[in-house]
Amino acid sequence: MSARPLPQLTGLAGEFYGFCKVRELRFQRCVDCSAWRHVPRERCGECGSADFRWERSSGRGRVYTWTVANRSMHPAFPSDASVAPVVVEMEEGVRLVSALENCPPGELAIGMPVEVVYEDVTETVTLPKFRRRA
Amino acid sequence: MAGGCAQVTASACIVGIGETRYARDKAWSPTTLALNLEASVRAIDDAGLRVHDIDGLMPFPGLSCAEEVAANLGISELAFTSTVHMGGASPVASLLHASLAVTSGAAKHVLLPSGWAGYSGARARQTVATDAQSVPGGAIARDYYIPYGLTAPPQWYALLARRHMAEYGTRPEQLGAVAVAMRRHAQANPNAVMRGRGMKLEDYLASPMIADPYRLLDCCLETDGGAAVVVTTEERARDLPRHPVRILAAAAGQPYPADEIVGRKDLFRIGLTSAAPRAFGQAGVRPADADFAQIYDCFTFEVLQQIEEAGFCKRGEGGSFVEGGRIELGGDLPVNTHGGLLSEAHVVGMNHVVEAVRQLRREAGERQVANAELGVVTGFGDFGDGSIVILAR
Ligand SMILES: [Zn+2]
Repeated sequence: MSARPLPQLTGLAGEFYGFCKVRELRFQRCVDCSAWRHVPRERCGECGSADFRWERSSGRGRVYTWTVANRSMHPAFPSDASVAPVVVEMEEGVRLVSALENCPPGELAIGMPVEVVYEDVTETVTLPKFRRRA
Repeated sequence: MAGGCAQVTASACIVGIGETRYARDKAWSPTTLALNLEASVRAIDDAGLRVHDIDGLMPFPGLSCAEEVAANLGISELAFTSTVHMGGASPVASLLHASLAVTSGAAKHVLLPSGWAGYSGARARQTVATDAQSVPGGAIARDYYIPYGLTAPPQWYALLARRHMAEYGTRPEQLGAVAVAMRRHAQANPNAVMRGRGMKLEDYLASPMIADPYRLLDCCLETDGGAAVVVTTEERARDLPRHPVRILAAAAGQPYPADEIVGRKDLFRIGLTSAAPRAFGQAGVRPADADFAQIYDCFTFEVLQQIEEAGFCKRGEGGSFVEGGRIELGGDLPVNTHGGLLSEAHVVGMNHVVEAVRQLRREAGERQVANAELGVVTGFGDFGDGSIVILAR
């Protein structure tokens, strides 16, 4: 298998993953209209403002939808159904693609409550992941 | 009409269609360019035109370019070239642009070549995974999807299908009904790759999972093939040999945001959601008036979803709509009478346009829809870009 694909740590993606590296899940929030957003954007899609802050997320959300990469379509990932991308809807309302730790695909369910954890993939890249919560 | 829907369409027509052989044949190995050129030559010939009559070119994004096609065909006087970057929605969206070009006088005869060596060349499954520039939003996929193993179209759309199942009770058997209908239609199509390989719902359910809830038989084929059409004005069409097929209305639309697929407030709102009412309104017809629909069928759920978003039924009712043979030949709305991307070939949806023209010319042989007068074709691409054309005999 080839090297695991990683995000490019430039621009706003670099800022987002920079917070993850210090164990903080932060999303952009518009200074003018208070709308949360993800993925990161230069301007607010609600009001057009360019002013934003990286605000700390509660880290809690629920599984919004999911799939299983039963057959890999990328040389870095195995075809053994161990890769299950999920979409988590955070308490703040934003959604992000991630993966659950310690949750076999057969136990995935929409609505499952989850909380953020962090995986140091390399020395520079930390990915936010999730685990079940009560 | 509301904005974004130019009144061009009453006077643009499709006057020529061309297709290559469609196959998965290791002994063939055509190049993508050769497929585009062969389909183009056939479409120009079918239109009763000569190469030098073509002064407009709209190639599919990333598969060929106008310069290359023109140089290889001998088109020396190009007045209009453009490529629509909407993935599988591009061929049908290009009909909108071509209509505008011929009715405005920007070009006289516009050629729309498509096709690719999707079997013997680079496979579809590899493109997005290896090239962040291959779709709008590719950098977002690179930074936020691919690190988690969400790397390819069946996985993106599986997220939508899974959520639809949870919200509306859509069942695997209903996705299977789409696959079975396409396969049945392919049996009546001599050029369909899956002709001679019948499939039942049990076969569908027994096929291996690819991207849960998508099984192998939810997924389009990877094939070699090319298809092309020629568009001109209704006035010029009168002097050409084939029965012209009129473009009553064409429209394209985008989801919001279009460069990202999981964060939309309304997860199921795709480009077609806004494009379809514009097109039906402009044409002055209703979805129920259509004698058939050729729906872009990259995966089964996308057929069901586009049936809903185009207005053939309400959102959430697509599952029951596709059951009971309603979308099969002889049903209320035959869908993909050629077998579609699922069972004819993956010719990026241009094969859907060609089939619609064939049906409206009444040249579809044993799969002819009786008395076909009005047909709908949709396109779907990237993270949900949409397009629709309403065609009349
Ligand atoms: Zn704002």
